[in-house]
Amino acid sequence: MEHWAPASAPATADIGPPPLSVVSRLVRDPKVVGASGFVLVLIVLAVAASLIAPKDPLAQNLLLADVPPAGFSGAEPGYLIGTDGLGRDVLSRVIFGTRVSLTVAFVAAGLACLIGSLLGLLAGYLGGWIDTLISRLVDIWMAFPPVLLSILLVAVLGAGLHSVITAIVVIDWTRFCRVIRTETMGQAQMDYVVAARTIGFARPAILFREIFPNVVPVLIALLTLEMGIAVVVEAILSFVGLSVSSDTPTWGGMIAEGRQLVHEAWWVLAAPLAALFATVVAFNQLGDGLARSLDPVLRR
Amino acid sequence: MAEDLLVARGLVVSYGRHGAPAVLHGVDLRVGKGETVGIVGESGSGKTTLGRALLGLVRPAAGTVAFAGDDITALDERSRHPLRRRMQMIFQDPMSSLNPRHTIGRILIEPVLLHGLADDRQAARTLVHGVLDRVGLARGTVDRYSYELSGGQRQRVGIARAVVLRPDFVLADEIVSGLDVSTQAQVLRLLQELTSEMHLALAFISHDLSVIRSICQRVVVMRDGRVVEEGACERVFAAPASDYTRMLIDAIPLPEVDPGWLARGASVEAAATA
Amino acid sequence: MSAPRLAIDALSAISLRDGGKPILRRVSLSVGRGEVHGLVGESGAGKSTIAKAVLGIIPAQVKVTSGAIGFEGRNLLSLSAKELRAVLGRDIALVPQDPATALNPSRRIDAQMTDGLRLKRGLSAREARVRAAALLEEVQIRDPERVLMSYPHQLSGGMRQRVLIAAAFGLEPKLVIADEPTTALDVTVQKQILRLIRALQERHGTSVLFVSHDLGVVAKVCDRLTVLYMGKVMEQGATAEVLAAPRHPYTRALLAANPRYDRPDTGLEPTPPEVVAALRAEIAAFDASAVEPRHG
Repeated sequence: MEHWAPASAPATADIGPPPLSVVSRLVRDPKVVGASGFVLVLIVLAVAASLIAPKDPLAQNLLLADVPPAGFSGAEPGYLIGTDGLGRDVLSRVIFGTRVSLTVAFVAAGLACLIGSLLGLLAGYLGGWIDTLISRLVDIWMAFPPVLLSILLVAVLGAGLHSVITAIVVIDWTRFCRVIRTETMGQAQMDYVVAARTIGFARPAILFREIFPNVVPVLIALLTLEMGIAVVVEAILSFVGLSVSSDTPTWGGMIAEGRQLVHEAWWVLAAPLAALFATVVAFNQLGDGLARSLDPVLRR
Repeated sequence: MAEDLLVARGLVVSYGRHGAPAVLHGVDLRVGKGETVGIVGESGSGKTTLGRALLGLVRPAAGTVAFAGDDITALDERSRHPLRRRMQMIFQDPMSSLNPRHTIGRILIEPVLLHGLADDRQAARTLVHGVLDRVGLARGTVDRYSYELSGGQRQRVGIARAVVLRPDFVLADEIVSGLDVSTQAQVLRLLQELTSEMHLALAFISHDLSVIRSICQRVVVMRDGRVVEEGACERVFAAPASDYTRMLIDAIPLPEVDPGWLARGASVEAAATA
Repeated sequence: MSAPRLAIDALSAISLRDGGKPILRRVSLSVGRGEVHGLVGESGAGKSTIAKAVLGIIPAQVKVTSGAIGFEGRNLLSLSAKELRAVLGRDIALVPQDPATALNPSRRIDAQMTDGLRLKRGLSAREARVRAAALLEEVQIRDPERVLMSYPHQLSGGMRQRVLIAAAFGLEPKLVIADEPTTALDVTVQKQILRLIRALQERHGTSVLFVSHDLGVVAKVCDRLTVLYMGKVMEQGATAEVLAAPRHPYTRALLAANPRYDRPDTGLEPTPPEVVAALRAEIAAFDASAVEPRHG
């Protein structure tokens, strides 16, 4: 290979020390650390629920019904957040409830993201009739009232986690498709894409190696947002009894029961509500922090 | 005279659907081997579109482009691939022309591997180190990202990327427009050295006539999608044949006090831009 | 020699974000009545910061550490926000750099032009509209009615800049800050705009602080120049002297780097390393000697 002659131009100024790597940046962001810590705790609770929960979530004890949380008069030792109308330990039920919520969050949001983003990338990059087809599909799809669609799906598929997940994926993929399509179209206009064409990279390579990494920050932000939404949707569906069977504790189901006991035993409503709220906030903060750390433009 | 390398004839380009107004109205251009040709025009002149048509990035509605004697106007991507190595481009905005998610090393090494100029990644890396040395960047730049570099450094990376494949022809599209005058001087010097060392044919698009005068042998003046004047820089600047060219030259403010400059040409401009 | 309109005295500023890095180093300059003063330097030299300081719009991460900006006998830096608002737009006006972003895209031109006239000069809506049309004629817009009824995106860049100039000069200010007013324009349009600025300035006797990175542009419209590098004044004086017989090596290097179409073998000279080193040394020496106790 021919040898390049050394530069005759004066040496350029120093570049300066490299900034922190992505991981170092992430661990320094309190939002990311706090939120991911919380999510990690939730995952541990979900996985090891049977080991961590103090009581059997299904065990009823009518003698100990409506026991208030620790610190209030009438509290019982061993029942930190009290019991519900059937004497079941609220804390244990909340802990077991994370299983359902997290499963839905990761699986439903993940699938919606996968399907929607893929179609969005193709529509945004290929344009032409593919874009028209996908965009019209999204428009028509989004015209269906989501609540009606969920109920319809559950009626057809039968109540249970699988129908909740299907309902969320079927409805929310359009959100990903729209946003990712716009983002992809924006990136496709950039000169670095033209440069890749000039160098002779093939079209699929340009889409996945050049454009996709620049779409990832938006995708992650949207994904974590969607996780929060999925958790809430599941809670709504189990609130109306369309989710898993009433044996399995879910936050939504607990909210439905607690609503009726709100005057005698407010903690039965408050506990799952607080858990729901904290989880959604954690997902959003995580998404916000990740998007900020991963996107060089936002960071400056 | 230099043997022709790139010849464009009667190029007509329009964006959008059929019947959309044309951006280029039958443009001719030729660039000889090792020759530097300036393409100058104001906004809306079509100079950027002309550059893209030469590289096959937009398909002309009419006209031909020939490279080394072969007609390349209607080639599909696959047939065009071997040509890609021989025709390269440097962009105006190095911020958007360098993928912010790729290291500089990746930006330079991948093209080398794609065109088989190195046997493996290690050899490609060595080659890239050589190019970085040549353009005056530290070797450690391979591990950096574009946003860590200054404007002038980024533009050097752009130049490195354009020449690493040892092309025959390079299109430089307004490459110094956003740079300070001292950085501009460095970048242009580097480009001049490289074009003469590598015997590159260079098409230099710019709105700045003074820059073009300094580095180009020939100049093509464009206005509203047409070539208004064309010829050796010496001749065009000394005795412009077209009123428009004369107006352009006259509008350049030289860094010296000239009390009559502002008033000169007022009536000509008023007529031309009415 | 009458008192200057604008007198910047030993203005210093630091960047709070970069750990107190100096942005302006005791900059002093004065603009006389009816004078066009060019503030020239490359990007990052601090010229925009100076313009913003005069207009009272310094960004939050920049802090003025010492110095004064004298305007009509008052120090602008010591005025309250309310007092400053009374001065701006009325006695000091701005011609901004990018006509595309300086105009509100969702409001018509007549609304945007009459805002200032009504607010600052107390004209009624009708009076302001008539005045706006007259101003547009003054900047040689042939069909003022059409332009007034247009939205910014319907006008060319040169046209927009004329509107902005009309708006700035229309308030009959004593001082106009022109912040790179022709940078975004084609070269032929630039010449027309420069001619216009000079004509308006001479007619109204306005003082102008003309900020630019382009030595050619300032050569044609400015009476005096201040050459700025890394926040420090390198050279100052009458335009003709500074450009024909520059004393400071930085000015010389700047001139040498500028290509000229009439001298094809000159220009494009990169700054020699010795000059760069000397400049760095000059700045370092200044910083070392400027360690003075902060005033309370």
